[in-house]
Amino acid sequence: MWSAAQQEFADALLDPERPVPGTLTRSAGRMSAKRFAVYRNNVVVGLVGALRARFPVVERIVGEDCFAATARDFVLSHPPRSPLLMCYGDAFPGFVATFAPLAGLPYLSDVARLEAARTRAYHAADAMPVHPAALQGVGADRLYGARATLHPSAHVIRSQHPIVTIWTMNSGESALGSIEDARPEDALVVRPHLAVTVRRLLPGGAALLEALAGGEELGRAAELATKSRPDFDLSANLAALIESGALAALGTPATGQEIAR
Amino acid sequence: MARVPLSLPADAGVGFKPQHFGEILSGEQPIGFIEIHAENYMGAGGRPHAQLGKLCSRYPLSVHGVGLSIGSAEPLDRDHLARLKLLCDRYRPASFSEHLAWSSHAGLFLDDLLPLPYTPETLQRVANHIDMVQTTLRRRMLLENPSTYVAFGESTIPEVEFLAELAGRTGCGLLLDVNNVFVSARNHGTDPDEYLARFPLEHVGEIHLGGHDEQCDDIGAPLLIDAHGSPIAASVWRLYETVIARTGPLPTLVEWDNDVPPWPVLAAEARAVREALGRIRRGRAA
Repeated sequence: MWSAAQQEFADALLDPERPVPGTLTRSAGRMSAKRFAVYRNNVVVGLVGALRARFPVVERIVGEDCFAATARDFVLSHPPRSPLLMCYGDAFPGFVATFAPLAGLPYLSDVARLEAARTRAYHAADAMPVHPAALQGVGADRLYGARATLHPSAHVIRSQHPIVTIWTMNSGESALGSIEDARPEDALVVRPHLAVTVRRLLPGGAALLEALAGGEELGRAAELATKSRPDFDLSANLAALIESGALAALGTPATGQEIAR
Repeated sequence: MARVPLSLPADAGVGFKPQHFGEILSGEQPIGFIEIHAENYMGAGGRPHAQLGKLCSRYPLSVHGVGLSIGSAEPLDRDHLARLKLLCDRYRPASFSEHLAWSSHAGLFLDDLLPLPYTPETLQRVANHIDMVQTTLRRRMLLENPSTYVAFGESTIPEVEFLAELAGRTGCGLLLDVNNVFVSARNHGTDPDEYLARFPLEHVGEIHLGGHDEQCDDIGAPLLIDAHGSPIAASVWRLYETVIARTGPLPTLVEWDNDVPPWPVLAAEARAVREALGRIRRGRAA
């Protein structure tokens, strides 16, 4: 039965310890192990390549050989469940966090989360961000009662490490250097048009965005942000948020009235 | 968006790579269509769709799936089929094609085009899957012959007969990958000319050409790898010319998926295809 033979083939592909399935031959002679190894190799090389494309900064930090070994372990223990390889590796940051050989790089998993978010942002639905001029002259009362729709590509990554600085230096966007002031950084990943951007959030910015994403009114979201960070500055955060393009709409759903889109 | 004709022209095409976007759209290029891998365009938005929209206003499109796993013993992945339908509805490609191979099993995606035995059981299974694809997409699909490194002891039907029978039962067309013919024949010690002599060329709607790697297996027999990372081999050009001498000009794609070269290198391969098609046209007219 094809079903049983297929199972044997699939099992042997992902487990180099298993023997080559007995049913395989070469038409004109005996089977060689190297022939089946082509398939084993294609699977691992293809999937490691998908991870390499998605996590280039992690690879830059740990080096090619270390990345290949880590990715290979991940591929064999976490093979993809979907033919959409653009999503493959969502579990890679968690794997990196627990992978013993990388224990000396405690920030690496958060950098991987940032890179995973960049791919999601790259493929997210299109939407026009709110234009910076749209909020000029809107009174504070209306603004505080408004609810936001975040851009479909917007992702917040909180970290205890300076992940934006690390990512920026290793992605070639800024020069490599030693990080003197290793303060925690939260990242905003967003793709307002076609290019994915990575920004450092202001203090309390992550709490503000998460509250807005959860449907809170702006006033309430600002309260929650102040609770998380007493130095939270609403007008600076709002200006940065609009400038980033992470806001797709701002309105008052109760009245159906839209302030800006 | 301007609509282009709903059939591929009997001309050269290339597998589209995003790094070639600017050059492909600038000036005259030696291509009559482009092909994409369906799975790379299954995100919701962003640059892939922005580019594809622009390309489609200029060139006919071939959507080539690499993840449907038509050769699997299990039922087709309905979610994946729905994604293919969404893509085809969005871009109305001139052609949709997939492989006589499998890539998913027991909930895992194995990211390779894997071989299947050719038996009455698998023939019926694959025919059912093709029926389902054609019914869902409401279009005729093309099925591509695979490159293989191993064969199954239980196979009872030669590959050419298997493909011909599938075309007959389902009405699907065939995508003849001449490089795959050569790679498989060398790997199994058979004659590629003899394979092509028996191939049901009347069902072929598109031809693929690409490069392969040449190695030896651990008992010293030739082992060719369908690597798509180098120019088309001279032996594959020769086979291609014998095919189009029999069929006349057909849509012919140059595949180059790994170590992707600068556009002028790929364009030169496409130009060579155009010249080969031109020679056949002139020979037939004479």
